[in-house]
Amino acid sequence: MQSGELAAIIGVNGIGKSTLIRTLANMQASLKGQILINSKPLTAYKTAILAKEISVVLTNALVSKNLSVQEVVTLGRQPYSNWIGSLKKEDKQKVNKALDMLDLQKLAKTPCYELSDGQLQRVMIARALAQDTSIILLDEPTSHLDLYHKVQILKLLKSIAHDIQKTILFTSHEIELALQLCDKMLLLNNNENPFGKPDELVAHQAFENLFPKDTIVFDTSTGAYRIKK
Amino acid sequence: MLLVAVVISTLANVSLGSVNIPFKETVKVFLSQSVQNETWEYIIWNYRIPKTITALLVGGGLALSGLLMQTLFQNPLAGPFVLGVSSGASLGVALLIMGSSLISGLFMFDLANDYSLAIMASVGSFLVLMIVMLIAARVKDTMALLIIGLMFGSITAAVVSILSYFTKAENLQQYIYWSFGSLGNLDGKQIALLMLFILFGLVLSIIAIKPLNAFLLGENYAQSMGVNIKKSRYLIIIATGLLAGSITAFAGPIAFIGLAVPHLTRQVFKTSDHKILIPAVLLVGAILMVLCDTVAQLPTSVNVLPINAITSIIGAPVVIWLLVKKRKMIF
Repeated sequence: MQSGELAAIIGVNGIGKSTLIRTLANMQASLKGQILINSKPLTAYKTAILAKEISVVLTNALVSKNLSVQEVVTLGRQPYSNWIGSLKKEDKQKVNKALDMLDLQKLAKTPCYELSDGQLQRVMIARALAQDTSIILLDEPTSHLDLYHKVQILKLLKSIAHDIQKTILFTSHEIELALQLCDKMLLLNNNENPFGKPDELVAHQAFENLFPKDTIVFDTSTGAYRIKK
Repeated sequence: MLLVAVVISTLANVSLGSVNIPFKETVKVFLSQSVQNETWEYIIWNYRIPKTITALLVGGGLALSGLLMQTLFQNPLAGPFVLGVSSGASLGVALLIMGSSLISGLFMFDLANDYSLAIMASVGSFLVLMIVMLIAARVKDTMALLIIGLMFGSITAAVVSILSYFTKAENLQQYIYWSFGSLGNLDGKQIALLMLFILFGLVLSIIAIKPLNAFLLGENYAQSMGVNIKKSRYLIIIATGLLAGSITAFAGPIAFIGLAVPHLTRQVFKTSDHKILIPAVLLVGAILMVLCDTVAQLPTSVNVLPINAITSIIGAPVVIWLLVKKRKMIF
């Protein structure tokens, strides 16, 4: 992947999308192969240094929802703050910028337990942005959201990738949305696992074999799945 | 404001007791002015002030250890008692007081001095914490963790009852008195030692502020923000073991302060930031403990109730009230 690209990982339940994300984030050891960031192996990075390269948005619920939006986003500055976590001017600016980008300024003082799922997801993305890394990994950022908010989040990710040149990789079940919004897609099918631009993947009929064929079929002309009657 | 409350509750605590000393005279003693009655001065300096200082240390230290545990285990119900840490300390002390006499009655008095008591209790609580931690790494379920803590309590109780069945009556009595909890039996040297332990625990907690705050998002997030999970965990466990262990050793297993104070403090300060919470729980814990002690010594009466009973009687309703009012514990 290049910087400034938004890419989705697509695949059936249990194929290993989250495992891949967790491996890329160095949260678990890799089963096979090598991960390179800026042509340096992932395992050669120290935790503290890696925190300046990769930020994550996970599916786990927040442990403490008593934190305010601003407090959560501010935690994103931890890799840059001193031993006790005091903020410099630059840190405050970055936090403010992240809050601005995700339209969270009005909610800054709100505790997280008062937020809706969509708002909470925006907070977690803002936290990742405040961490100011070149790569952002997200595990199912759109699950639990309605269609409107799914599109809102994905469009936001796209603008973040394109406007401030971040490399963003996320797992999703929203194939049709990803087809319209992503620069690249990785289809996990336990075989070739094709990776490329959405239109190329469609042209190469990569979507036909993604799912078992007994319930749905892929319609190349519309770029959408149809229920098999 | 909290500091003022500490001063007032301290003064009230010192002035109230079996011998009635007027509040005004107590203040005079503190300001080293001459008082009407020299006995009062003697009582205050030699009995009441050491006891009050112990109460302040015990309350603050227990509250801090509770806060550390709640954050570390990501569980609002964690506390020195619930997770079996106090049980571990009790077991250590029981083995020392009753067990050593079984092995050789001669060494009893040498072994069961206050320092070895403190060491055994610390080692006991530390061991239990380590075991709970190991299990916690395998079982992510927080409910299971609490049940495991409860089981440790049962095991301790069982071992203690076996020991007490075989031990001499005087040793048993020594253990039972210890288990009531007491703030008044410490001399200057012991208070200094307790203070040292708590100070050490506090320093470690302050060093751990950043990882503690990161843990509020969960361990995965903490790691992704550059926190060395393993190192931080050990740091927090050692701090908790030092605090809860030393306090339990010197003052007995004191209930509820560790569990209730962090919750109270979060409600009052409306924050989960450990930079604010650590000093806040120290003060709130100290105040609450001194107040409990004031109640326990039944002002103007010669009788003193076991402190453990008072903290439970006051602490349990506080937790229930919080649960009912907020319907869930804000963490």
